[in-house]
Amino acid sequence: MKVKSPLEIYNFLPRTNCGECGYDTCMSFAAHIIDRSAKVTQCKPLVEDAEKDPTAKEMLDKLIEITSPEIAEVIIGSDDNMVKIGGEEVLHRHELTFFNPTAFFYDVWDTMDDKDLDDRCSKVVEYKKFYVGQFLTLDGIAIRCTSNDPKRYREVVKKVAGYGKPMILVCLDAKCMKAALEEVADSKPLIYAATEENWKEFLKLALDYKVPVTLRSKDLNVLKSMAKTFKEAGVQEIVLDPVTEPIGEGLRKTYERVIQLRRTAILGEDKDVAYPIMITPLVAWLMDADDITKAYWETVIASTFIVKYGDIMIFRSLEPYSVMPLVLLNYNIYTDPRTPVQVEAGLREINNPTPDSPVFITTNFALTYYTVESDLTSGGISCWLLVLDTEGLGVEVSVAGGAFTSDKVKELIEETGVADKVNHKYLVIPGLAARLAGAIEDDTGWDVFVGPIDSGRIKGWLEKNWPPKPKE
Amino acid sequence: MAKKFTLEEFIELLKKYNVEELEGVEIEGDLEIEVEEGAIDLTALTAAYTLLSEFGNFLYHSNMALSYLQRLSAMLGIPTPFAMPAAPPAVEVAPPPVPEVKLPEKLIEARFEPYKMEYPGTIEEVTLGATKKEGGTRGYTVTVGGEKSLPFYLFDLPQPHLPVIAVDVFDMRIGLAKAVRMHYDDVMDDPAEWAKKAVDKFGADLVTVHLISTDPLIKDTPVNEAVKVLEDVLQAVKCPLIVGGSGNKEKDPKVLAKAAEVCEGERIMLASATLDEWEMIAEAAKKYDQVVLSWTQMDINNQKTLNRYLLKRAEIPRENIIQDTTTAALGYGLDYAYTTMERARLAGLKGDSDLAFPLSSGTTNAWGAREAWMTESPIEGDSDWGPRELRGPIWEIVTGLTLALAGVDLFMMMHPGACATLKEISNTLGGKIENRIEKPDEWIFMEG
Repeated sequence: MKVKSPLEIYNFLPRTNCGECGYDTCMSFAAHIIDRSAKVTQCKPLVEDAEKDPTAKEMLDKLIEITSPEIAEVIIGSDDNMVKIGGEEVLHRHELTFFNPTAFFYDVWDTMDDKDLDDRCSKVVEYKKFYVGQFLTLDGIAIRCTSNDPKRYREVVKKVAGYGKPMILVCLDAKCMKAALEEVADSKPLIYAATEENWKEFLKLALDYKVPVTLRSKDLNVLKSMAKTFKEAGVQEIVLDPVTEPIGEGLRKTYERVIQLRRTAILGEDKDVAYPIMITPLVAWLMDADDITKAYWETVIASTFIVKYGDIMIFRSLEPYSVMPLVLLNYNIYTDPRTPVQVEAGLREINNPTPDSPVFITTNFALTYYTVESDLTSGGISCWLLVLDTEGLGVEVSVAGGAFTSDKVKELIEETGVADKVNHKYLVIPGLAARLAGAIEDDTGWDVFVGPIDSGRIKGWLEKNWPPKPKE
Repeated sequence: MAKKFTLEEFIELLKKYNVEELEGVEIEGDLEIEVEEGAIDLTALTAAYTLLSEFGNFLYHSNMALSYLQRLSAMLGIPTPFAMPAAPPAVEVAPPPVPEVKLPEKLIEARFEPYKMEYPGTIEEVTLGATKKEGGTRGYTVTVGGEKSLPFYLFDLPQPHLPVIAVDVFDMRIGLAKAVRMHYDDVMDDPAEWAKKAVDKFGADLVTVHLISTDPLIKDTPVNEAVKVLEDVLQAVKCPLIVGGSGNKEKDPKVLAKAAEVCEGERIMLASATLDEWEMIAEAAKKYDQVVLSWTQMDINNQKTLNRYLLKRAEIPRENIIQDTTTAALGYGLDYAYTTMERARLAGLKGDSDLAFPLSSGTTNAWGAREAWMTESPIEGDSDWGPRELRGPIWEIVTGLTLALAGVDLFMMMHPGACATLKEISNTLGGKIENRIEKPDEWIFMEG
């Protein structure tokens, strides 16, 4: 967004601190608009004034304009099943955060037989991967027109629409595209693609059916010209495809085009190219190679552009070895770096523990937690692992900063009822929390062992210290 | 069900079509415009769109505006909310002609001017290994760093050196993921053979010999005995060498100091100096002119501090430092690893000389992710994970590639397929691979 300081927004606000937006003060609200966790229209007085008074309306519109994202946001799909793309503000995630994860679409084509079509669509719809407390899923289906038959294309598109996922209609022929749009325009598919050859017809389709449209050209002058033309003709939702080339110099140039587009949009403030970017990793399937090599290379292309500015992608491979790394990479790159990632506090059972098994405690900082958890799991150690809510801080910092305290350990022991699951009262604390040992013993009544500083050392440590020798 | 438009939404709709304001219209009270579901069809909207554009042209003529608005309302089937006191009752409004949507005849010509970017800083160039001429015994040297722009941004400036790959070798048989082990099983009892296979068969640019048997919890191999392996490896391969310890804080400094001594003249890299244990390693590196890997845990300030210790306190020459801000596997903190490295690289380019060092990544850490090695998902409800032989290598590739895009110059890796693929993509983005596919549009039409 154009404004960088809450003060610039504050001047537009009523400054009454009415709290109707959900924040205590107008200043706090302004700060939340800056970090994109609040929207201008949450300010009820401002919106109400704008309804009555044209001058107020003008001010509100101005405020919306200066607080809108650098890269336009485009919505694909209908209200109850849509995916948002674009809306980005920065080139590097640490400068703020990336907002809308890359949307993953998988291709089907209209000359597929019905069974294969169903299989593929079902796979897309059903895919899920558990990660950090939730299931990650795939976004949509891209239907390619390979029949060149409007009737067939319409039929297949209708069928795919039945799966309820957002769609991309891939077809350069306006007749076929029109046929499909007559059927599914309501579900707001993204149409693909307007090119230097067909752009007039596609412009009309985008306007007539009010659907988002992809513009495709390797030549960035042409791409920009098309974007400008479409925008001025009244098309609001535009996606740019600078053409993904799969290998060699072609792929290098693709990387160049994508970075130039995004960097020029954000730093060069070129609004004519400030749109989401489409990448088509499935071009890897044009290579002359075996399927695994193609799927691997498709994953490589996709990874490159998940990290670098690809907002929406079309894939071929639904093999788990392609999909799983990509959904996790997408999640990782689009994780908000401003808030530490946390896991749920509580008690975890590692490798089927028994009442004799040791009890460890760690923090809910995701990275610490996963490190400890995987060290214990892969070390074959059966144990109970208490996860303390340290507000997402690691051991050292949370001990120093007071988020890891004996009081909280006591509470956690009580809440989880771990005492009932074991036949001892020994608690192993992280080496970096050693100075809390005494306080924890006093507050919980458990005997505390100071474990190693690195959880990778737990195995060796246990060999020496477990089962515990009775204290004298 | 009736869909309700508030006046504000209605005006918003007008606004979309360049209708700035409705002059001479007075509206009192809360007005809502009701539209019956299904009352709007697309053809009506297309006509309305043109009407609205027309409407925009007559913006300042209030009566005109109102009659247009009425026509629009009528077309959309919206009962007009406006009272029309001025409208002459007898005049019938003629039905609007069905207007043609006016489309532009040609593209508006626009030139794309790429935004130019230059950084004041340069990443240090560091050379590993020394040939006979340079006082060592290596067949060749490997130079990393020297960047003045972000990774593979060849359109900004050429990149003097592309990333290199060091394959991990251990001084004893260790537990490895099955997909990795199958490639090294025959050489795991002989580090020299292991190194040879890595270079000759898998194309490693360098090898890293990890003296893990020195760990008191493993074999507690005495220092003098452990470093003998290095002599064997130096004999077996001609590539530059990296030497790692076991991760034991007490023993590593002694192990690495001794390694520096026995490899004098070879310009090996000692992996690693840490904030806890840097003095002894740095001292040995300086004495025997070896390169030091400055390793911290995903904290850019700590990295800066350690680099400064090495530079200022230990007086290590700048061209003898490589940094590692820690690699976490895909799914297990890769976002932190990526961002820390990216920030370190940007800081270096922007002129922070304390962070302007080449980056090294322990990419083998990717194999710590359970997705890389477990036979199947332990989570109920997960889609099938497929064969792990195919998951593991891609895990290492994606972890490495992500960090290559953050600026990593040197990868420590294991799976030969992963090494080859990472090399291929970095050579591709680095402009070393000429070929291309002529018709990248083909995917749009391909059957199957």
